Amino acid sequence: MSVRVSIVGGSGYVGGELLRLLLFHPLVTVAQATSERLAGKPITVAHPNLRGIPAAREVQFTSQDRLTPCDVLFLALPHGDAARAIDRFAELAPKIIDCSADFRLRDPALYARWYGETHPAPHWLEQFVYGLPELHRDAIRTARYVSGVGCNATATNLALLPLVRVGLIDPTRDVIVEVKVGSSEGGAQPGESSHHPERSGAVRSFAPVGHRHTAEVVQELGLSRVHLSITSVELVRGALATAHAFASAPVSEKDLWRAFRATYGSEPFVRIVREKQGVYRLPEPKILAGSNYADVGFAVDEETGRIVSICAIDNLMKGAAGTAVQCMNLMCGFEERTGLEFPGLHPI
Amino acid sequence: MRATCPECEAEITLPEGTVEGEILTCPECAAELEVVSIDPPELALAPEVEEDWGE
Repeated sequence: MSVRVSIVGGSGYVGGELLRLLLFHPLVTVAQATSERLAGKPITVAHPNLRGIPAAREVQFTSQDRLTPCDVLFLALPHGDAARAIDRFAELAPKIIDCSADFRLRDPALYARWYGETHPAPHWLEQFVYGLPELHRDAIRTARYVSGVGCNATATNLALLPLVRVGLIDPTRDVIVEVKVGSSEGGAQPGESSHHPERSGAVRSFAPVGHRHTAEVVQELGLSRVHLSITSVELVRGALATAHAFASAPVSEKDLWRAFRATYGSEPFVRIVREKQGVYRLPEPKILAGSNYADVGFAVDEETGRIVSICAIDNLMKGAAGTAVQCMNLMCGFEERTGLEFPGLHPI
Repeated sequence: MRATCPECEAEITLPEGTVEGEILTCPECAAELEVVSIDPPELALAPEVEEDWGE
């Protein structure tokens, strides 16, 4: 029997990626996808890659007030909208996966600090599990409500997790993370800064300090001294986190291999990339476009103890919709890889 | 027959008929390795050829 899923906010980039994945998922049926702006129109108006796909013909955008009950509801709404309407959404489906930042943080005070406002539904925060399977797989399996992940936070968390778990980092020193990101992170709504002649070719340091995803790294890794800088580069999809940390004791490349294998050796969607020869020796987001893999790698300066830990993802996949579907698979008792095995393209 | 990569400590299965002096590539870290002994199986980093990897 097929699980019925619906997507609220189906015309945006994350909504489109969810549709692409779920229309091909063998164990689910897409019941509804909402868009207020495009209600009544075929979903291919927003997502032309889905043209000609029989399952896509069955779905046209509908407005939120015509949503009917389903088994799993995905929310892919602008910041704040999910939190303001969560009581109503919870009446429509027993399981919810929210891709926004609304329910990622457990502590309302941390939310207020990073989002500059009081949380609209603070009593819901503790009901959501942070939806990164590499950190919370068992809790996700039994959760009714799962929050999606921030793309930059995911690249950072996956880069740093092995170092934190094995205790390689000196906790008295700061960890600095530079994340280079593609333009799709800005979403489907245009603005002056995304106008093609302004954005094309840009290397734009758009959040040198104060990026909101820092809160997710602090919460999930328990690091207090972690600092993110985000730079948008000439990519549509992709995020590359380069984390600089200092070791608590002398550390070698072999120590890092052990830490990364211990953390990710059996993870279905994390690959260790640290090769001695070839063109792609370290993680590179280009070859991950459309794929749910996170590639992680590292280098160490043994003289200074500086560890450089690197993670590449597709921001719309492992950084958003792909991980959300991975969570759905866990919540529904499906094999975790189902519908997510596309390996990406080369050359691209 | 299994041996350990001296670069990344991956467990590598040596193909049937491997002989001493053979060069193989570690499937995990792509290091060029020389089979320096068969019994017991032992691998060492092979001399590196000149680098051609840059910007």
